[in-house]
Amino acid sequence: MIEIESVSHSIGKTPILRDISATIPKGCLTALIGPNGAGKSTLLSLVARLETLQTGRIRVDGLDVGTTPTGKLARHLAIQRQDTTIATRLTVRQLVGFGRYPHSRGRPGRADREKIEAAIGALNLGPLAHRFLDTLSGGQRQRALIAMSVAQETDYLLLDEPLNNLDMAHARGLMEFLRDLAARHGRTVLVVLHEVNYAAAHADHIVAMKDGRIAGQGPPETQLTAETIERVFETPVTITRSAGRPVVHHFG
Amino acid sequence: MPGRPVRDGRLILLAAALGLACVLFLTVGAQGDWAFVLRFRGAKLGALLVVGTAIAVATVTFQTVSGNRILTPSVMGIDALFLLFQTLLVFLLGGAGFAAIGPHLRFLAEAGLLMGAATLLFGLLLGRGRADLHRMVLTGIIFGVLFRSLTGLMQRMIDPSDFAVVQSAAFARFSSVETDLLGLSAVLCAVICAALWRMRHALDVLALGREAAIGLGLAYRRTVIAALALVAALVSVSTALVGPVTFFGLLVAALAHGVLADHRHARLLPAAALMAGLVLVAGQLVLDHVFDLATTLSVVVEFAGGLAFLFLVLKGSAR
Repeated sequence: MIEIESVSHSIGKTPILRDISATIPKGCLTALIGPNGAGKSTLLSLVARLETLQTGRIRVDGLDVGTTPTGKLARHLAIQRQDTTIATRLTVRQLVGFGRYPHSRGRPGRADREKIEAAIGALNLGPLAHRFLDTLSGGQRQRALIAMSVAQETDYLLLDEPLNNLDMAHARGLMEFLRDLAARHGRTVLVVLHEVNYAAAHADHIVAMKDGRIAGQGPPETQLTAETIERVFETPVTITRSAGRPVVHHFG
Repeated sequence: MPGRPVRDGRLILLAAALGLACVLFLTVGAQGDWAFVLRFRGAKLGALLVVGTAIAVATVTFQTVSGNRILTPSVMGIDALFLLFQTLLVFLLGGAGFAAIGPHLRFLAEAGLLMGAATLLFGLLLGRGRADLHRMVLTGIIFGVLFRSLTGLMQRMIDPSDFAVVQSAAFARFSSVETDLLGLSAVLCAVICAALWRMRHALDVLALGREAAIGLGLAYRRTVIAALALVAALVSVSTALVGPVTFFGLLVAALAHGVLADHRHARLLPAAALMAGLVLVAGQLVLDHVFDLATTLSVVVEFAGGLAFLFLVLKGSAR
């Protein structure tokens, strides 16, 4: 599990996170939701040691993200954020291949190659595998980047708004894939989601944030109530149910 | 994997072309005592190859670290800093003191200072990642101007007879290479290239950007600083041998990327070095025998490099 203890973070004088403490359960799909500026991306970056912790402590499977050697951490934790622009000319297969670096250090063996192909297949990138990244659409590039993190084969997978550029079918496919990763393979997935309904339909655990603080954490049943969502997002909603899961109507 | 044999074939072709150019350089139009000719031309050839390799490898590595294909270590003022240290030493020690140290020790001291300063300066600037690229470039350019101005100031202040001791010319001269440094430079260049070769997989990951590199478990800051220190040492080698070279590295890096279309440094670094050697040796060959030494190699090479720079900027390769 991921243990976040008393984490605060400021950029200059602006506080982004205020004394956050949370536990992300192991082997589940956890969705991090909240309005713009709540600090979700910052929290994710801190867990993945992309930013240096200012106060507090974060442990992933007992490993302190501040002190554990980064190479070791990369075999336990993979992160993919949204705004990565890759300058080099790479094909999809070459990019996904980089996901094996923490294990193979640049010399992929047969097992690595199999995992690369598996990741490509999981994200339906088969027909695109030989294409160069700069010839793909935003959504296709997004899936290639996620495939790279999947190929890293870590117990913990952190994704920052992975559905942003994806169409309906691919977004649903990805969420189902992530749920499967957690349910059948026992991996822990932490996703920042903008569209609450994907969290409602697929997440086992919800962490809601607002203004740099945790506004609630728990299963979708308890967190995705009209009262909680209206408090966090400051917009009126109605909740209905479908297939045993809440559906949040926020469109107007 | 399809395509790989083709690209390796291009590398072999480059090596063959360079080999041919070297043989021609040593033999064409030679008159008189072969032993003398070979020794004389051999030294010149050696210098061109060492300088070419140093500039090519330094530029490719620097472009990977900075994530930008129109930057060179020279744009960032690294070679200007080297010349500043050189002039500073003369300024502080006087011409006699400077000469008394001996060229080898002097070169090592200058290279060492440069490695320290470059890693400090650019380690600070690059630590925060590519988001600060524009600030880094501007800072580097301004520092380059600062170093060159300080160098000019000190050159005016030192004794004219001391000034003659300083090698800091304003432009590169491939024709009169400091051959007493050749042996040391060649060894240093070989050692550094071996170190960068060992880092080749890390450099591939570095090319993905700061966040991806950290996510994949690369010790980002440490790798960047190590790469920059090695780049600075290579720039010392080339600047000490022929003087400051601005655009040549850009030309060979662009050619290497273009000819190979391969992101792996295991192929890029050798290709760039071979390309640089080929351009310099073949260029000098043509100038010596076709144009009869009517113009200097540095002018031609920098001109071609400048054109490459414009082409890259207009093509929008900066990204």
